[in-house]
Amino acid sequence: MKKLALFVTLALSLAFGGAVMAEEETDVKSEGVMTYEEYVAADLDSEVVVETYVQAKQSWWEDQATVYTQDKDGAYFLYNMACSEEDYDKLEVGTKIKVTGFKSEWSGEVEIVDATFEIEEGEYIAPVTDVTEFLGKDELIDYQNQFVSFKGLTVEASKDADGNEAAFLYNWDGSGEDGNDLYFNASLNGETYTFTVESYLCDNTTDVYKAVKELEVGDVIDMEGFLYWYEGVNPHITAVKEAE
Amino acid sequence: MLFLSALVACACLSGCHGKTGQRSFEIPEEFDTAKQYEITFWAKNDTNKTQTRIYENAIAAFEELYPNITVNMRLYTDYGRIYNDVITNISTDTTPNVCITYPDHIATYLTGGDTVVPLNGLFDDEKYGLGGSEVLFDAPAKEEIIPQFLEECSFGGTYYAIPYMRSTEACYVNKTFVEKLGYELPDVLTWDFVWEVSDAAAKKNADGTFALNGQNVMIPFLYKSTDNMMIQMLKQKDAGYSTPDGEIQIFSDTTEELLYNIADHVKKGAFSTFKISSYPANFLNAGQCVFAVDSTAGATWMGTDAPLIDISADKIVEFETAVLPVPQFDPEHPQMISQGPSVCVFNKADPQEVLASWLFAQYLLTNEVQIAYSETEGYVPVTAKAQQSPEYRDYLARSGEDNAAHYRVKIEAAELLLDHTDDTFVTPVFNGSASLRDAAGQLIEHVTKSVRRKQTVDETYMKDLYADITSLYHLEQGVSQGGGSLAGKADLGPLPPTAVALLAALAAAWALILLYALRRVWKKRRGEK
Repeated sequence: MKKLALFVTLALSLAFGGAVMAEEETDVKSEGVMTYEEYVAADLDSEVVVETYVQAKQSWWEDQATVYTQDKDGAYFLYNMACSEEDYDKLEVGTKIKVTGFKSEWSGEVEIVDATFEIEEGEYIAPVTDVTEFLGKDELIDYQNQFVSFKGLTVEASKDADGNEAAFLYNWDGSGEDGNDLYFNASLNGETYTFTVESYLCDNTTDVYKAVKELEVGDVIDMEGFLYWYEGVNPHITAVKEAE
Repeated sequence: MLFLSALVACACLSGCHGKTGQRSFEIPEEFDTAKQYEITFWAKNDTNKTQTRIYENAIAAFEELYPNITVNMRLYTDYGRIYNDVITNISTDTTPNVCITYPDHIATYLTGGDTVVPLNGLFDDEKYGLGGSEVLFDAPAKEEIIPQFLEECSFGGTYYAIPYMRSTEACYVNKTFVEKLGYELPDVLTWDFVWEVSDAAAKKNADGTFALNGQNVMIPFLYKSTDNMMIQMLKQKDAGYSTPDGEIQIFSDTTEELLYNIADHVKKGAFSTFKISSYPANFLNAGQCVFAVDSTAGATWMGTDAPLIDISADKIVEFETAVLPVPQFDPEHPQMISQGPSVCVFNKADPQEVLASWLFAQYLLTNEVQIAYSETEGYVPVTAKAQQSPEYRDYLARSGEDNAAHYRVKIEAAELLLDHTDDTFVTPVFNGSASLRDAAGQLIEHVTKSVRRKQTVDETYMKDLYADITSLYHLEQGVSQGGGSLAGKADLGPLPPTAVALLAALAAAWALILLYALRRVWKKRRGEK
């Protein structure tokens, strides 16, 4: 019997992300490995080989792992990568891996699928990048899948399928319950954006899940998370706090 | 040799027998209303607030009728998650009392011994059976459950579930695009028609945009469930999928022929799948798809005026949506899958608790629940009592009155199944049938991905694909290895230790007899010399 392994390894490591910045500006890649620029230029459905660093583990299930990774130039979302449970346990925030897979796009999210990986020597924890100024702009997609922050947004009411207002919803329409994904709205300069606490990435025992459940409409907040995409930007939030 | 055989027999029997210690359920004479019962109900919804509210209302109404029963609901949006959690909880004897499920999954639950309550006795019980004299609500009689749907819950003559909702697949068509391409939409789609129009829709302008929509994206034919696609194609071809005994038949020449044909159209940019590209509704509504096949229970997401939308409003285009049966090889004799949630009751030490669970399960068949839930999507009620009720007939008649409760596409999707109930089928259920279903879909997924990745799809590829899928889904020895058919009898799991000891003793006795006989022969021969 296999069981779902849900591991979230975020808050503390990410909080100190900036402390482990490497000296080099860009990564030096091994023979046969693409630079981030080459990865971006690669066609969809083509084979890609990248060296990247684990930033967060979303889930492991039936020998497949979903992982947020990033190098010094950009981010790579690894969806359902072949991975034993034993190897999954070896992946920590900062671990360097060489990934071979296929570049794919699902509802706007560019990712690497059908991938295999090997662990390499090296460590890098990406610093958080403030993308607040890019909200609502085309440039935002350049930061897809990266560890980013949004600052000074105001929590707006979300409406469930019945029209009831709340500071957050379980699932997109309020049909869920504790433990499901959380959805909430926050605005900046008159524009409202939707943010998600993805329950596989941050379950209901995490600080961010608890913090979002305590939000009230009108709160002004700073957020951190991964710039996921689903039919438009759909950030997976990993930390929320009162705006500084 | 005999000893070895006996040991092998021992090992085999103990290996395929079930969890011990579970007790058979016997229907109590009377339901004990003086005692409090707390039961758990694991429910599945389509991430739909209205559906969860209907469950909550049903629980409230039921608890009012039975104040001594409390129903605690746990919500799921994925059958797979329910399945995994049930499997986990069987081993710890902490299964829910009532659970929304698929018959394929029940087949696996049954390998745990008496985990799932056989319902034949409960159906017919005079007091607490379907429409029984002591049931405190207007429950349907057994005869009022649509026979095809009820039979889907019967394995080897035993009912292990009741149907809850039924759906099939529909092809949601951008009729505007079909006509723009110069074609007239038939009443029943054929595969040839869909492929021909899809190939035409994949044509590009010189600047790389698609001629049909002027956009950079067009997936003319998009299929949500490739499991169903392969299963229905094989059924329509009268080709093998599996026998009721669990013999695997999908790795055939017919399947190969179908896969080559799919590969040809992928090469032309005419076809993709949900797993590779995303939800068919998103592409359909953005004017990036002509034929979108999805469940009739997904109808509220389909079309320009769909009440549920997953893409931004500025991406939605105006078009006419037609709701048709899935493509057919023989349009005169259409065949389509029957699917949808069923409800099973798990066995517990206290028969009164089981009876309380059964009463709640039965409550889900009342008109109040059946009609309300079916109207949330393109589901149909599973009872004639609900289907023929004036309330439900009125709901159908008001198709298109608004884009919410009476959304035309949703009601036409439900009518599709109502009109074609006799054309539906299900696949055999056995321990391992869920894996076979996954494997059938993966054949299409693999071929589609390989063509997109410019890999060669030829005889060698197919041979390797069959081998890989066989191995990945553990289909090497058919399913008899994993448990066998439920058409005859449910797999019983490991033998109790006493039985193992008895068989071992028998084997040892036979071995001693054999040894004695051999010794006698040897002595006799020595004496002759």
